[in-house]
Amino acid sequence: MTPLGPIAFGAPGVLWALLALPVLWVLLRAVPPAPVRRRFPGVALLLGLSDETAQTSTTPWWLLLLRMLAVAAAILGFAGPVVNPQPAREGRDPLLIYADGGWADARDWPRRQERIRAELQQAARAGRPVAVVLGTDLPAEPFRFEPAESWLPRLAGLGPAPWMPGQAPVDWARALEGDFETLWLSAGLETPERAGLLAVFQARGDVRVHESPRPLFALRPPEVEGGGIALTVLRARPGADAPDLRAIGVDPAGQERELAHAAVRFAPGARQAKVVLSLPPELRNRVARFALAGVPSAGAVALADDSLQRRKVALIAAREDREGLRLLSPLYYLEKALMPSADLLSGRLTEVIQAGPDVIILADIAAFAPTEAEALAAWVTQGGLLVRFAGPRLAARGQDGPLLPVPLRAGGRSLGGAMSWGTPRGLQPFPEGSVFHGLPVPDEVGVRQQVLAQPGPELAGRTLAALSDGTPLVTRKALGQGQVVLFHVTANAEWSSLPLSGLFVQMLERLVVSMRPAIPGQAAPEEGTVWVPQKVLTAFGGLEATDTLAGVDGARFAKGPGPGMPPGLYAGPDRRIALNVIAPGQEIAAPRWPASIPVEQGDARPERALKGPLLLAALGLLALDVLAALALTGRLRVAVLLLAIVLPVETRADEAGAVAATAEVTLAHVRTGDPRVDDIARAGLEGLSRVLTLRTAVEPGPPVAVDPETDELAFYPLLYWPVTASQPLPSGAAYERLVQYLRGGGMILFDTRDADIAGLGGASPEARRLRQVAAPLDIPPLEPVPGDHVLTRAFYLLQDFPGRHPAAPVWVEVASLEGEQAEDIPFRTLNDGVSPVVIGGGDWATAWAVDARGVPLYPVGRGYGGERQREMAYRFGVNLVMYVLTGNYKSDQVHVPALLERLGQ
Amino acid sequence: MSAPALRTGAETLAAPLPPLLAEAEHLAQAVLPGSHGRRRVGQGDEFWQYRPAHGGDPAHRIDWRRSARSDTHYVREREWQAAQSVLLWVDPSAAMRFASPGRVEKRARAQLLALALAVLLVRGGERVGLVGGPPPRSGGLQLMRLAQALAAQSGPQDHGTPGLDGARPHIRAVFLSDFLGPLTPLRAALAEAADRGVRGALVQVLDPAEETFPFEGRTIFESMSGHLRHETLKASELRAPYCARLSARKAELAELALSVGWHATCHHSDDAPLAALLWLYRALEPVRG
Repeated sequence: MTPLGPIAFGAPGVLWALLALPVLWVLLRAVPPAPVRRRFPGVALLLGLSDETAQTSTTPWWLLLLRMLAVAAAILGFAGPVVNPQPAREGRDPLLIYADGGWADARDWPRRQERIRAELQQAARAGRPVAVVLGTDLPAEPFRFEPAESWLPRLAGLGPAPWMPGQAPVDWARALEGDFETLWLSAGLETPERAGLLAVFQARGDVRVHESPRPLFALRPPEVEGGGIALTVLRARPGADAPDLRAIGVDPAGQERELAHAAVRFAPGARQAKVVLSLPPELRNRVARFALAGVPSAGAVALADDSLQRRKVALIAAREDREGLRLLSPLYYLEKALMPSADLLSGRLTEVIQAGPDVIILADIAAFAPTEAEALAAWVTQGGLLVRFAGPRLAARGQDGPLLPVPLRAGGRSLGGAMSWGTPRGLQPFPEGSVFHGLPVPDEVGVRQQVLAQPGPELAGRTLAALSDGTPLVTRKALGQGQVVLFHVTANAEWSSLPLSGLFVQMLERLVVSMRPAIPGQAAPEEGTVWVPQKVLTAFGGLEATDTLAGVDGARFAKGPGPGMPPGLYAGPDRRIALNVIAPGQEIAAPRWPASIPVEQGDARPERALKGPLLLAALGLLALDVLAALALTGRLRVAVLLLAIVLPVETRADEAGAVAATAEVTLAHVRTGDPRVDDIARAGLEGLSRVLTLRTAVEPGPPVAVDPETDELAFYPLLYWPVTASQPLPSGAAYERLVQYLRGGGMILFDTRDADIAGLGGASPEARRLRQVAAPLDIPPLEPVPGDHVLTRAFYLLQDFPGRHPAAPVWVEVASLEGEQAEDIPFRTLNDGVSPVVIGGGDWATAWAVDARGVPLYPVGRGYGGERQREMAYRFGVNLVMYVLTGNYKSDQVHVPALLERLGQ
Repeated sequence: MSAPALRTGAETLAAPLPPLLAEAEHLAQAVLPGSHGRRRVGQGDEFWQYRPAHGGDPAHRIDWRRSARSDTHYVREREWQAAQSVLLWVDPSAAMRFASPGRVEKRARAQLLALALAVLLVRGGERVGLVGGPPPRSGGLQLMRLAQALAAQSGPQDHGTPGLDGARPHIRAVFLSDFLGPLTPLRAALAEAADRGVRGALVQVLDPAEETFPFEGRTIFESMSGHLRHETLKASELRAPYCARLSARKAELAELALSVGWHATCHHSDDAPLAALLWLYRALEPVRG
């Protein structure tokens, strides 16, 4: 290989052929192009003239250039040029190719592989032993360098892991022996261990670093902020624009799809950008994960767990006291407390249960209909949280049941009232193990009245909060997978000041919302609990269901994902949490390499042989040359025509034909296959179109020849069908089209062109053929045109319908029998039905036919009598087209006198 | 359809005439309608003058109404309306079928001119005939015959041969051709015409391409029938000599016409036909004096 800048040639000797180009130039100039043939009447004046210039006519310079380029391209192509030839690297030391192999590598892993492959190929040429090591997939103990060729097939099997390597590679590298050169494929992400690892490698030999120039993005886990979901997009270096953010989840049909979409805007120079998605609750509950569009990396995916979902809370009171004071409403304080953090439902109990709320809060409802109780119990058993508040009704009944956590005494008690000795009681600090544990207990909360639980052995275990004297204030009982919670006071301020305090809001939030943590990570999984991965993220950001991974201890979540604990969704005892690649608050940055380390950026530029493209270009240029030579000699049109015939370009022509046919009224004739008959038919319709344009409001476009086998017929109001004895029968598809056409209101004029010598039932070859052709068509009974048929007066008043042959009978559909002869009107009332076929043998097209200048093509009759017959033929054509286009309009017209007379009366 | 073309077509349909005749009539319409007397006493329909009766005038020629108003007898004289015969020759050869792209054929233009002239002349009461077609006759039907004969004429040879078809002496003749072929037949025809006292006009109908010779590059020129051919390596170089020869040919025609008392003109198929028709009409006018 001989490198010349970025290009090297495999066979540079061939390039000497380029020297021959000037010779070719002279040769090409000497050969004149082929002459153009022209018809020219003045040639007699040219005879004897000789060309003055002795020099031969020159080939145009651009054609010369074209040919030279073609030849030059061919020569260059055969010289075997190669772009980006990889220079052989010196050195025989073993080569260690180290890649981080973490989630940050995944965004352009194929290019990493290309880079490694290029390096391996080079090493193979140089005969160096190589080892390829991923930081996330360190080799087992017996480690040695192997020939580069043995690594090549293994390369495709290497893949990144959805976490970053951490400290392990440093320890591993320390244990290595011997000197080697290192190529470090950095993911472009700063890690605490990078400097240490670099030092270890440097101690062993040269280190080169390759860093991808592609921007690195990451996504922090979602956080609930206000009513929306806040997401923070990170980038390693300022500059690149982030791709859009997508929220992905399951739609109601069960398909995973994008639920929301938001653009990410970084402030200039900033490495973080915050996006707040405000989603309707229905959507928000469905979001399974957020991802940066088009970034195939686990770091660009943030999984959403249960904490994202806003709870649906149903509030139901016993009686809606519309006219009472708002502040006395049992639901007022509940609504105020829950509004910011939950979606509230209201309605009748059975309806509300069908809406699938997470929590149902009942304010002082003591009695249920049996169906209600059943439904409610079933709902709680399936995991619902039922929160009940006491009140006068509950106190009056005092009962036990599955929907109460503890049996209640009837009556309740009141404290600090006018008739009692005690004072309102405050709250005890919340006991350990209670959901309320840790909430501060304000002094001002006092309870004046409450319902009392029946003492029992399990009462203490069910108490979540108690008054200062130990009587339970809030009790809880598990029911199936759900819970029933009872506040022993009312939900309004009637029995206690609890609803007036901030504690009430916090308690409700804990109960309703913070049964699961509002912010991921805030309530980290406790040590000792076992979390089973349900879905895990791949390094490329895909989510895969899994049931083969072992459960992990809750304590490990703090350390983030790692070997044996991929990022994903983990199911714990009472909830699911997401383990994301990026921890909350984490930032990413690009590594800073010491100046002594050569950092190559950009992709590996693999060798590319240019031989193929160059030869292809030479071929293309030669093809252009053919076209140009044809154009110069004026034969391009012929060549294009030939091409057009050879290449099937049907569909476009079809559409163009349809547009042309529908732009104007277009007469059409059926192609019979006999070119003479077809020509006559076309010329005949041409003549008829002219007459129509001149005499009537119908101005048809140029007539069209159609083939029922292939063409759509619906565009044409009238089909002229000259019947020839040798005509092939239409195929089934053609008949289908024809039947459709007739049903759609089309009309076919069959012309046997035999002057109806033998009558319609006769035995002329055309008539026989017509019977065969028309047999499968849906043709009604026929009769000769009666004297009062619309065809005789659609435009002209006609008695007979001559064509080239004088007045032969013409057959149309039998008029409907209802048409009755009125007394004073000489026409029957035929109000509907245009005959779908008109059959005759007048050879009308021949009589109509004109040439391009409008001169009749064929004689009709003899002398001026014949011209009159031609005129009558035209009139028949005009009447026919009018009949087709206007139907029995003329028949209606004849009633006008009768209608006017009736109006007058 | 443009208005003139529409009208053309309308006339076509109104009367069963070939469109060429209608077009010709349309063109003739623009010149002058009506018939013309000889401005002298003679046979005819139009009143010319009253003159006092001489002896020898037959009694039935006395105009009694005029005579009754005075003492003398008057005779009503009519204007002499002798019809003139005009013979047309339209070159039917293949060369006349040439048309550069977008133009009408030379033949079509020549036919139009001839027929329009015929319309004018027939209106004027003259007799018009066609060489190789119907002999000179008057009347509207003759126009039909002329039109049909014109449409039917076409020859395979490159250049046509003009002739008088054994016409009677002292008629008028009009030759329409491109006159690009050899002039010998024309010379012979004109000599014959001079012998018989036939006078007339030559109309050279040329295509614009024949006038400007807009060709370039290596070209083989072929005559319309393909009999003659001329190859050149650089057609643009031939332009100047060709134009020189063409103008020489025009000058020769003019000289030839002058020598036998004929008129000659050149008409291009992209010019308006009306100008040529007017010229033709005037070229034939003096004979009516």
